[in-house]
Amino acid sequence: MKTTRKISFRNWMLTGVLATGLAVSSVFAPVAKAADPLKIGFSMALTGPLAGAGKAALIAMQIWKDDVNKAGGLLGRQVEFVYYDDATSPSKVPGIYTKLLNVDKVDLVVSSYGTNEISPAMPIVMRKGLVFMSLFGLAVNDKFNYDRYFQIMPAGPIPKDDWSRGFFKLAMEQSPAPKTIALLSEDADFALSAVAGARRHAKRIGLKVVYDRTFPFGSPDVTSVMRAIKAANADLVYIGSYPGGSVGLVKAANELGLKAKMFGGGMVGLQFAGIQKNLGPLLNGIVNYDFWVPEKTLNFPGVNAFLKKYQVAAKGKGVDPFGHYLPPFAYAYLQILGDAVTAVGNLDQKKIAEYIHKTTFSTVVGNVKFAKNGEWATTRTLQVQFRDVAPNDIGQFNKPGKRIVLYPDSVKSGAIQYPFRK
Amino acid sequence: MKLDKFWISVVVVLVAGFAFTKLVDNEFYFFATYVVLQGLVMAVAWNILGGFTGYVNFGSAGFFALGAYTMVALNKAFGLPLPVMVLIAGTLSGLLGLGVGYISLRLKGVYFAIATLAIALVLETVVNNSHYLGGAAGTYVIQPKESFIFDNYIELLFMFMLLIAVVATAVSRYLSASRLGMGLAAVRDDEVAAECMGVPTLKLKLISTTTMGIFMGLAGSLFPFFVTFVDPVSAFSLLIAVNSIAMPMIGGTAVWYGPVIGALVLGVVQETATVTISSELNLLIVGVMLVGFITMAPRGIVGLYEDYKAKRKGQNNG
Amino acid sequence: MFTPELLLNAVVAGLMLGSFYAAVALGLSITFGQLDIVNIAHPTFVILGSFVAYIINENFGLDPVLIGVLFMPIFYFIGTTLYRVYYASFERTGQESLSGLAFFFGLMFIIEVVLILTFGVDYRLVEADYIGQTLHLGPLDFPYRMLVPAIAACIVTGAVVLYMNKTFMGKAILAVSQDRLALQLMGANPLQVKRIALGIAIATAALAGALLIIIQPVEPSVGRMYIGRIFAIVVLGGMGSISGTFLAAILIGVVESIISTFYGPSWAPAVGFGILLLTLAIRPQGIFGRA
Repeated sequence: MKTTRKISFRNWMLTGVLATGLAVSSVFAPVAKAADPLKIGFSMALTGPLAGAGKAALIAMQIWKDDVNKAGGLLGRQVEFVYYDDATSPSKVPGIYTKLLNVDKVDLVVSSYGTNEISPAMPIVMRKGLVFMSLFGLAVNDKFNYDRYFQIMPAGPIPKDDWSRGFFKLAMEQSPAPKTIALLSEDADFALSAVAGARRHAKRIGLKVVYDRTFPFGSPDVTSVMRAIKAANADLVYIGSYPGGSVGLVKAANELGLKAKMFGGGMVGLQFAGIQKNLGPLLNGIVNYDFWVPEKTLNFPGVNAFLKKYQVAAKGKGVDPFGHYLPPFAYAYLQILGDAVTAVGNLDQKKIAEYIHKTTFSTVVGNVKFAKNGEWATTRTLQVQFRDVAPNDIGQFNKPGKRIVLYPDSVKSGAIQYPFRK
Repeated sequence: MKLDKFWISVVVVLVAGFAFTKLVDNEFYFFATYVVLQGLVMAVAWNILGGFTGYVNFGSAGFFALGAYTMVALNKAFGLPLPVMVLIAGTLSGLLGLGVGYISLRLKGVYFAIATLAIALVLETVVNNSHYLGGAAGTYVIQPKESFIFDNYIELLFMFMLLIAVVATAVSRYLSASRLGMGLAAVRDDEVAAECMGVPTLKLKLISTTTMGIFMGLAGSLFPFFVTFVDPVSAFSLLIAVNSIAMPMIGGTAVWYGPVIGALVLGVVQETATVTISSELNLLIVGVMLVGFITMAPRGIVGLYEDYKAKRKGQNNG
Repeated sequence: MFTPELLLNAVVAGLMLGSFYAAVALGLSITFGQLDIVNIAHPTFVILGSFVAYIINENFGLDPVLIGVLFMPIFYFIGTTLYRVYYASFERTGQESLSGLAFFFGLMFIIEVVLILTFGVDYRLVEADYIGQTLHLGPLDFPYRMLVPAIAACIVTGAVVLYMNKTFMGKAILAVSQDRLALQLMGANPLQVKRIALGIAIATAALAGALLIIIQPVEPSVGRMYIGRIFAIVVLGGMGSISGTFLAAILIGVVESIISTFYGPSWAPAVGFGILLLTLAIRPQGIFGRA
């Protein structure tokens, strides 16, 4: 009796292996499909560390697709997405893009989210000469110099420096002007680049750097780091960090009573509603970068309609409920591509690239004009200051008045409170 | 006779691989098979130590990354021809393997496993703090324009990795079939007894760890050119360590072809999952397959097949 | 930049951090050190504990530490069930070392993915009145965010030490790893002893998880960062000696804290593992282990 059961189980296992084989052969067989829909291919971080952002981006992209298809599609064809999860792992990206181009035969490609997931696709996309709209890559094109690369994050033409330009401009306008600065960066790509830019600004301005360190990605406790920064007693504290580190540093700064004049800079995570709610009043006074906040000065045509759709779609998906930071840009990078394709009238990649280069696009994130290197022609990295944040209320962050835009002047919505904590 | 069969299939595989590059244009197949082959080399290498001697290496990713970052450094500093750099990378991680072998003098079982994990973590911290290697931010590696006799660079990488995979498999087979293999098995089954019987256990272990190190380094050496962007998170990826343990376990650790089968099955399933089920399920598959196999079929696919054969034989006789 | 005050605070912070590490490593010290079960998924159970604390805190506003304590019985039950599976699959057939390891590896992935599928990958946090407050004693700062977990960790470690040394079952658990003959003479059933031990180990993960999410925001794969660290602690502590584990955790915590205050924090992890490698090379039984 017992043996029979065992054997039947083994047969079942063998069947499993066989089924695997079949599944595989089905993938390797090219999928024949009607050439009718216009296919846009991309890889996206749907699992792994960046999945929170990747999933939110995907929701925004699908809203764009629905909007376009409702209006009759692109070039008279319905738009279809072909996308794969890169698991936030750069090593998966090359395979995915070759699959998209050679097996799925997509008509257009756009990028995944984040510098590390964008770069590995570049050689493949470049070899095919495709227009490459990219979503939040920091200075990817510095190495490749590809003239069909366009990046939607409003960092500016010199991304690594423009990133923190506003922070230092604001600081130097104060009197008495700050003299010293502490720099701290979490040890991973974006944070390091942001702080490297801040370091150059500090040198240019002549600020004395009294603390300059990195801490390992995902450190459980950053209290000791903050204590060292406090002991350094700098006027300015510029930090590049990821959500886990940002939360720890904000808490530690409050616990230890950091006495800097300006505190913040490049802290990722403070843009997300869940973290904002948890930190509550601890955020008050912090000056940090952002890309879109619900201030009157950033009320671009279409953005509120988009966010309304996003907030419905995002429910129960475990992503940011308001969708302020990234999603409008994920919508906009497709908006630009769509506008360009429509204007050119066909899929000639050279012409599309030329059109994008010479045009100023009106999008949900405002007017977008690209510089020669594919970055925004002028920076619109916001410096926002948290103000009057009440404890335990997530709804307040969906309204104006909590994140005052201090920089750039074109969208400024209030004046800085300096020093950051009275 | 048996030996002939093996070498014939080696030649067939290499020729078929070469023909593949000439006949097929679709680059995706090369990317997908490259990843499977990379997993295969890692699995075979892991098994040379783990399967043959019973010493578990938790730090496979460290060897892999040492190979990868050696390439990054060599390419940046001297820009040597690819095969030369690959050999140097393999040699370096072979030396690391040799060092690990000496550690096994003092550390058995789980202590050894933890030590390998610690080595990988120390290496990762060093890379994180090395500005020259790109640090935590990662670094770019631009593929050379010319690709030898192949149409493009990925075909060259594919063929190179296929060659490494074949050599690794042949070495693994040699180690398990020869007298050396019996010695290794003796180490696995009872190291003290083997030592008393006059088996040169240290020498055997050193051979085993060094070979493992070389092949893991070789597997990693082509990685920078494959992804063109290397950062510590992907080079020291946990998935590399998991796969190099899971593949032999699923295939069967006792024989040289176990990891080959395991790597082909798991690798193909993973590559398929990446491009079909685009979700978290990919990782779940590895987990479920691993747990499923080791609880229900502890000798892996090879074991299942042997039992199946035995049963057939039993039926015929009866 | 060196001041005695800074050093003193660094040591105090290290003590608190180390106590917390002890709570995370405690369960592994029992499974890995005493039962020879290489539960590499232990940190993932800790994360599971964090998510339990998050859900209950979010919905009912209970204190995270209290939630951790309340859920210990449920985690205990998970642990005992896990042992039944483990025994049936591996120990009975004598394949526990390699297969068991791979089993927990796979389990780690499964739990992690299930968490991701249920909660997404957002960072989760808990709320409590004391988070963000600090106790100032002269020149010393004690952020409650660190102090509360540290105290809870000390209490649970103390409780486990007492249990191991004072109760019949506790002594039996110690005997499982040291002296099987003694165990038989005691008349204890080794299977039952091991089952209870694994139950206790997993139960501590419920509390450790709650403590973790007080200290830092948690997402499903945070656990991986702890694998290396807690294995290092358990080995340093001499495998299975609970008080040794506690001392080793304190040592790692203080060293990390001092390094990150005075030198580059980026070197802190390497220092921890460097100590581990040295220990393994010179004194494999651990700094605090039995010779």
